[in-house]
Amino acid sequence: MSATTQPALTPVKDLKVAARLGRGRKRTDLIIRSLSLAATGIGLVFLASILVTLFVKGFGAMDLAVFTEVTKPPGSEGGLLNAIVGSLIQVALATLIGTPIGMLVGTYLAEYARGSRFGDVVRFVSDILLSAPSILIGLFVYQLLVLPFGGFSGWAGVAALAIIIIPIVVRTTEDMLSLVPNTLREAVIGLGAPKWKMIVLVSWRSAISGIITGVLLGIARIAGETAPLLFTSLGNNAWSTDLSAPMPSLPITIYSYAGSPFQDWIELAWAGALLITLAVLLLNIGARSLLGRGK
Amino acid sequence: MSQATTMTTGARPVAPRRTGSLGDALFAGACQAAGAFVLLLLGGIIVELFIGGLPAFRAFGLSFLWSTEWDPVAEVFGAGVSIYGTIVTAVLAIIFAVPLAFGVAFTLTELAPPWLRRPVGTAVELLAAVPSIIYGMWGFFLIAPLMAQYVQPTLIDSLGELPGIGFLFQGPPFGTGILTAALILAIMILPFIAATMRDVFEQVPPVYKESAYGLGCTTWEVMRGVVLPYTRISVAGGVMLGLGRALGETMAVTFVIGNANRITTTLFGPGNTIASVVALEFGESETGSLKLSSLLALGFILFVISFVVLATSRYLLRSRLKG
Repeated sequence: MSATTQPALTPVKDLKVAARLGRGRKRTDLIIRSLSLAATGIGLVFLASILVTLFVKGFGAMDLAVFTEVTKPPGSEGGLLNAIVGSLIQVALATLIGTPIGMLVGTYLAEYARGSRFGDVVRFVSDILLSAPSILIGLFVYQLLVLPFGGFSGWAGVAALAIIIIPIVVRTTEDMLSLVPNTLREAVIGLGAPKWKMIVLVSWRSAISGIITGVLLGIARIAGETAPLLFTSLGNNAWSTDLSAPMPSLPITIYSYAGSPFQDWIELAWAGALLITLAVLLLNIGARSLLGRGK
Repeated sequence: MSQATTMTTGARPVAPRRTGSLGDALFAGACQAAGAFVLLLLGGIIVELFIGGLPAFRAFGLSFLWSTEWDPVAEVFGAGVSIYGTIVTAVLAIIFAVPLAFGVAFTLTELAPPWLRRPVGTAVELLAAVPSIIYGMWGFFLIAPLMAQYVQPTLIDSLGELPGIGFLFQGPPFGTGILTAALILAIMILPFIAATMRDVFEQVPPVYKESAYGLGCTTWEVMRGVVLPYTRISVAGGVMLGLGRALGETMAVTFVIGNANRITTTLFGPGNTIASVVALEFGESETGSLKLSSLLALGFILFVISFVVLATSRYLLRSRLKG
C-alpha cells in the first residue's frame, strides 16, 4: 500500500494536465460538432430560401391564364400552356423510349454480365453517361439528328432527354435486381422455367417498386433539363404538338423569359419555375416514399 | 381439366423447352444489344463532337486550347478563357462545398438523433433535385443582388486591403461574376458530395469506432482517427464526382457568371465557362460556320475534361461500388 502512495504524488500533477488536455479535446470536439451542425443548417437554409423565393414570386404570378393561354408577346396577357404541353409530350415520349432500354441494360448487367469484362465496360460507360454534362448530350443530338434532318424538332428533344434518362434507369434497375435473393432465382430455374421467364416473372417483379422509383427520379431529372433542349427542340412561341417541328418546353420558356427585360415575362418565368420545381420535388418525394414502403 | 393438362404436357414434352431456349436467346440478345447501344452512345458523343470541332482544330491548331481570343467578326476563336473559367469556378466550388458536405455527412452519421437523420438527409438530397435553371433564376434574382449589396463590399473593405491575396477581392461589386457562380455551383454539388460521404462513413465497421470510443476518444477524434482514414479514398472519389458535376453545369452558371470573354484577376470579375459559352453563343452561330465548329470543339474539350474527372472518381469509388 505504501509503495503505491509514493508515486501517487506525481499522478496528481498529471491529473491536472490530463484534465486540461481533456478540456482542450472536448472543446475541439464541441467546436467541430457545432460547425458541422451549422453546415447542415446552411444547406437547409439554402433549400428553404429557394423554395420560399419560388413560392413568393411564383404564386404572385400564378393565375388561370398561365394554364389556359399560350405564350404571347410582352404586354398581352399570355400563359404557358404550349410550354407545359410541349414539356409533357417530350418528357413522356423520352421516358417511354428510355425506360425499356435502360431496363434491358440494367437487366443485362445484373442477370447476364456478372463478372464479365464486357459488362464491366458497359457499367463504367453508363456511369460516365450518368454524370456527363447534359449540354454535351444536346450537342451530340444536334450533330446526329438536327443537322442531317434539316432543323430543330421535338423528336430531337425527345432523343436527348431519352439519352439522359437511360443511365438513371440502368443504375436503379441493376441495383434493385442485385438485391433479389439468388435462392429465388434458383427456385424458378429448378422448376424448369427458362431464364427469360425467371427474369420477367420473378426478378423484375420483386424489384419493380425500386425500378419505378428510378424511373420517377429519372422523369424528375429530365423534366427540368434545359441545356440539351437548347440545341434540339429549340422552343416555340406558338402552339405546336408537331414533333417534327421546333417544340416549346417549360424550361426553355423559363430560360428565355427570365433573361428578358419585360416584367410580365419575368413573372411568367417565376410561375413556370414554381410549377416545374413543385413537379420535380413531388416526384422525388413520391419516389422515395415508394422505395421506403417497398423495403 | 386435369385430363387436358396431362394430355398437353404428354403430347409435347420437348416444345416448351424449345420455345424457352428461343425466348432465352431473344431476351439475352436484346439485353446484350441494349448494353452495346450504351457503348455506342458514348462512342457517338466522342466522335460527333470531334468531327464537329475538327474544322476549328484544323484552323487554329493546338493553340486553340490556350488562345484567349474570341472574335466572331474576325472569325478567330480560342478556348483559353472558357477553360480557365470552367476550372476556376469548379475548383472554387469544391473548396466551398467540401467542408459543408463533410459537416452534413458528419451530422447525418454521428451527431443527429436517428429520427432526424432521414428527413434531413432527404432535404439535402432534394437540393440535388432542384433543376439547374431554378438555381440560375434564384442566383440571378436573389443571390447576385445580395452579393452586390452586402457580401462583396464587405470583402472588398476587409480582404481587399490585404497584401498577397488582396487582388482577388478588388474591383466593382457587380453581384454576378466568378465568385457568385462558384457559390451557386457549390450549393448544387453539395448534396452529391455529402451523399457519397454519408454512404461511405456508414460503411465503417462499428467495431472500429466502438474500440476508439472505448479508449476515450471524442466524436471528432473518432471521425479524424478512424472514420476518415478508413474512407479517405472513397471521400476523394465523392469530391471528384462533385468536381465532374461542377465542370459541366450550364444554366445556373450562365445566369450568374457575367459572360465576358476575359480573364480577370479579381474573383468579382465576369468570366465564362465552356458550358456557358456554348449555351449562349450557339443561337448566334450559323450552320457550318467556324464559330459553330469552335463551339463543338469546346464541347469536345469539356467532354475530355469531365471524362477524366469522372473516370478518376469511379476508380476511387470502386471499393464502395463492390461493397
